[in-house]
Amino acid sequence: MMAQPLLCEVLIDPERAKGLSLQQWDLLIRQARHADLLARLAYLLEGQSGVPTAAQRHLDSAWTFAQRQAQSVRYEVASIQKALSDLGIPVVLLKGAAYIMAGLPAAPGRLLSDIDILVPKPCLERVENGLLLYGWRTTHHDEYDQTYYRQWMHEIPPMKHGVRGTVIDVHHAILPPTARLKPDSSKMLVAAVALAAEPGVCVFSPVDMVLHSATHLFHEGELEHGLRDLVDLDALLRHFGDQSGFWEQLVERAVALDLVRPLYYALRYTAQMVATPIPPFVVKALDKLGRPSALISSLMDCLFARALRPSHVSCDSQWTALARWMLYIRSHYLRMPFHLLFPHLIRKAVKKRQGSGSLTEPIVVKE
Amino acid sequence: MPLARFASQLADVGVAFSVGPFVVSLTSSIPRVAEGIYQLYGEYPLAAEGADRFVDYYLSLGYGRGVRRWYHPQVHFVYDGLQPFKPLPLSQALPLFEWGLNWCVASQMHSYLLIHAAVVERNGVAIILPAPPGSGKSTLCAGLVSRGWRLFSDELAIISMADGSVVPCPRPIGLKNESIQIMRDYEPQAVISRESRDTRKGTVALMKAPSESIRRADETARVGGIIFPRYQSGAEALMTSRSKAQTGLYLADNSFNYSVTGARGFQLLADLVDGAECLEFTYSRLDDAVRIFDALEWLQ
Repeated sequence: MMAQPLLCEVLIDPERAKGLSLQQWDLLIRQARHADLLARLAYLLEGQSGVPTAAQRHLDSAWTFAQRQAQSVRYEVASIQKALSDLGIPVVLLKGAAYIMAGLPAAPGRLLSDIDILVPKPCLERVENGLLLYGWRTTHHDEYDQTYYRQWMHEIPPMKHGVRGTVIDVHHAILPPTARLKPDSSKMLVAAVALAAEPGVCVFSPVDMVLHSATHLFHEGELEHGLRDLVDLDALLRHFGDQSGFWEQLVERAVALDLVRPLYYALRYTAQMVATPIPPFVVKALDKLGRPSALISSLMDCLFARALRPSHVSCDSQWTALARWMLYIRSHYLRMPFHLLFPHLIRKAVKKRQGSGSLTEPIVVKE
Repeated sequence: MPLARFASQLADVGVAFSVGPFVVSLTSSIPRVAEGIYQLYGEYPLAAEGADRFVDYYLSLGYGRGVRRWYHPQVHFVYDGLQPFKPLPLSQALPLFEWGLNWCVASQMHSYLLIHAAVVERNGVAIILPAPPGSGKSTLCAGLVSRGWRLFSDELAIISMADGSVVPCPRPIGLKNESIQIMRDYEPQAVISRESRDTRKGTVALMKAPSESIRRADETARVGGIIFPRYQSGAEALMTSRSKAQTGLYLADNSFNYSVTGARGFQLLADLVDGAECLEFTYSRLDDAVRIFDALEWLQ
């Protein structure tokens, strides 16, 4: 078994940070930055004595950035509300933007790169036109990309605001239509809860919010933010878990939406990586309903235990890259049958080689 | 430490040193990097060892892979495992280190207000020199620090959120094109790196920060003046006043993180401009500039 990364130890118990040497703080800050959790760490360590000045400076910086981003999210959501309010349809905020707007405990220090929304599929064209009118433009001008998104994906190509540069991902479902799991997104839309502050703007109900987060994490191939998503799930589960009936509803809803497997993984790995408390009856129920075969189960444990660690060199083993790659392939396989998938992956690989851009986009302050 | 040992440590485990308020660890097996860093940063204090070491920025400069190791060789800037930029021709390795470090600070050090400007100090009073590229900011800065002014930075004014003072981060001054020869003539003692040609800013060379500036890098200063330099061929030196509102707006526009720092950044900037002399300075000869700066009455 690999040693628990320092970041996970501190996420589980912030008191663990007491008595760290400067060298350990150096490592903690680097792991948190690479996992996109530096601002979250700042929040968790707020008010704790004994944080060295050198580390505090980075925590303050990330916290300042997250505050500014949260402010920008509130502004963007108000703009989206303005652009779409005439349509009279529910607009559901997903993930980071939802946590921030609903003021959930998952919000403080949560960084995001775009705003995800879900709208009813029949309204997609009107939503797109509404956003166009308010300054958002499509980002993918490649005809193949446009067709691919519109034909096979559960979202349209990201739209970027012409002046502010902020990006919206407009979804009409939580998984692509070709995915093996067939959750009915319209059921989730119906159950969404309106935000008091923004008429017409909603967030998922507590159980749906957890199920969506789980589905996203265990179906998306990009696991570099995997730990960040586990931390989201942890905060959601601890918060909603106190409400009476939440856990029963969660399991029931997972069954109704065909999302048992992602929920199984979500609870298994939040418990393993960040020690989320899960009631034993829930573990038992999901073992029965959603546990994969012994072989798959141990393979997944093996892959996720590596891929969900902070994406920092100090947490990588010789197998990390392979694990992430296999999960990337798995995510595509879960989204599409092979005869559709292969031509697409080959095309993407060729385009990536031709693009030969930088490995990562620099962090850009959104204006 | 002799160059040979420095180079082998740089290639092996890297060298960590303090650059103003930051600790930078650099790893590189490129001989021209070892030579250049040794020349420009040789006097900087080494970071603590072992359990007491906290590094702000882990950087490395590496060769390109495959044929790019030999054919039009390239240099890659790596920040703790990430490559934020595309590689550059190998001859630009030193400027890339400076630009890369600027990027690290400017994009992630929001616990200070960061403004794109040179800063120099005398008698405990700092002067911020903001200006668009080509206005002679770096040349003026290099001239002043060659005549007894203390170098804070030629690119980055680092303002403390706590008290509005400027924090020194003395680093090599980037000289471009004609400025390189001007400084060689003006200060024959100056240590100037090898030239990198055909960068996106033309030919670039780096001038080592004065030893005293490096030694006193922990002494902050209050801002006394904000002076916009403008080099104009053949012009008589002329200092004129500039409106505070315009100065504030310009600094906000040229800050890397004004919008990130929100209300605190606004208040800090307003106080900064309020408490400083705001001036414009046109010049053509460095000697005139130094004489006029030395004689500023609010410095005495």
